[in-house]
Amino acid sequence: MRMSSFFYTLGQGFKNLRRNRWYTLASIATISACLFLFGMFYSIVSNFQHVVKTAEEGVSVTVFFKEGTTEDIILAAKALIEKRPEVNRVEYVSAEAAWESFKQDYLGEYADGFTENPLEDSANLQIYLRDVSMQPALVTYLESMNDVRTVNRSEVTASTLSGINSLVAYISIGIIAILLMVSIFLISNTVTIGISVRKEEISIMKYIGATDFFVRAPFVIEGILIGLIGSVIPLLIIYVIYTKAAVFLAERFSMLSSLLDILPVNTIFEALIPISVLIGVGIGFLGSVTTVRKHLHV
Amino acid sequence: MEKVVRKRRAVRPENGEDIITLDNVTKSYSTGAPALNGVTLHIRKGEFVFIVGDSGSGKSTLIKLLLRELVPSSGSITVMGHDLGRMRHRNIPKFRRKLGIVFQDFRLLKDRNVYENVAFAQRIIQKSTRDIRKNVPSVLATVGLAGKYKSKVSALSGGEQQRVAIARAMVNKPEILLADEPTGNLDPNNSWDIMKLMEQINANGTTVIVVTHNREIVNAMHKRVVTMKKGVVIYDEEEGEYHDEDE
Repeated sequence: MRMSSFFYTLGQGFKNLRRNRWYTLASIATISACLFLFGMFYSIVSNFQHVVKTAEEGVSVTVFFKEGTTEDIILAAKALIEKRPEVNRVEYVSAEAAWESFKQDYLGEYADGFTENPLEDSANLQIYLRDVSMQPALVTYLESMNDVRTVNRSEVTASTLSGINSLVAYISIGIIAILLMVSIFLISNTVTIGISVRKEEISIMKYIGATDFFVRAPFVIEGILIGLIGSVIPLLIIYVIYTKAAVFLAERFSMLSSLLDILPVNTIFEALIPISVLIGVGIGFLGSVTTVRKHLHV
Repeated sequence: MEKVVRKRRAVRPENGEDIITLDNVTKSYSTGAPALNGVTLHIRKGEFVFIVGDSGSGKSTLIKLLLRELVPSSGSITVMGHDLGRMRHRNIPKFRRKLGIVFQDFRLLKDRNVYENVAFAQRIIQKSTRDIRKNVPSVLATVGLAGKYKSKVSALSGGEQQRVAIARAMVNKPEILLADEPTGNLDPNNSWDIMKLMEQINANGTTVIVVTHNREIVNAMHKRVVTMKKGVVIYDEEEGEYHDEDE
């Protein structure tokens, strides 16, 4: 393709936007609305997952060992457990540390009455999971290990968190799928209207001897531009809303700051920008290519 | 009962080679009688041919076949050496670039000016901007619209709009100019001007085929006339005249 033809085609794409400005605006508004919903949803889900993840990381399984088990054996067990994929980290709590912690938490000054460590056999491993749903499998494994006396775990927390996580994942996939289908349908509809307005122009082009590519290109460029603009607008709006909402929540619910740890806007946008632009441009491209294809046969 | 076909073989330019050949062409649609039924027609390079006939005679189907918008159900069509029945879809654009087409309703881009409408045809065949700047004013001068190149086509008269359409058809220097009812929307004066322009284009070597209902023009111009009725050629006369259907 000649450079002049390339720039002509590109120019025609831009001109198409202006010539059919109402359809263009309608298309941009549609994509923007869908991507706005997607972006908001993505931000909320990301934060929710972040909260769940933080909570998950706080859930631990504690393993106590039989009387007389040496520290070497416990540390060997620790090394074995750390190799398991669902395990995030394992902390060794010696009998002394367990007693110190107990004294601080429950006894205070009354601890002075104890001359020996009553928790002598309480050396334990605290295991933090990467994925709470794997807790039952891990517990079964731990209980089968030699020297293990008892395994304490919080079954309710684990199953609740893992349930919420899957529910959120399913709902997100469902809503995103519906939004994408609606977007593609609306874009295809808008491009169809745009093309029917220019049906005569396409037919003239074909009679004069335009190649399929030359006929399609301006419409496809138009679709891509609509998708691009339609993805940038909601990104800007979400950026403003997110920044303000993060400040508002941090000020209003400062006492819950450990639980309500809002992700920084940059973390959200690192993924949201490429995803939104890709979806916007992709919808514009697919919508225009498939629709133009239908109207090519003169 | 079908009328007896009277064919008087046309006398063509001497030593001219066939630029269009229809050999026993039939075109049927899914319902009804065939739109074209066993048509054989030879048009030589440089000829000026009128194709006449009432509605349903097969003229429009013939034009669509020549443009390779349709393919024949049987028989063969060769245009400028291309066998249209066997032509692949991707080769159609290059073939059409050698044809100029003019319609009754002009089919101009209403939102653009005269220059842009003519340049559009050059853009489509990917001519360079330098060529476009040279070719468009030249062809506009030929059709007598050099002074109106900036005018929006919607502001022009019917005759002027048809001149723009002819300029657009001619700017790519086609070998054949196909005009489908070019004077159908014009008053007699403008119609004559357009026909004179067609004659001038023909005199410069382009083969011109005009589909028309305009009896006065056909009878006055003394060109080859192919008369069609119900999908068959009933007359093919050099310096022919317009025949009524019931003649």
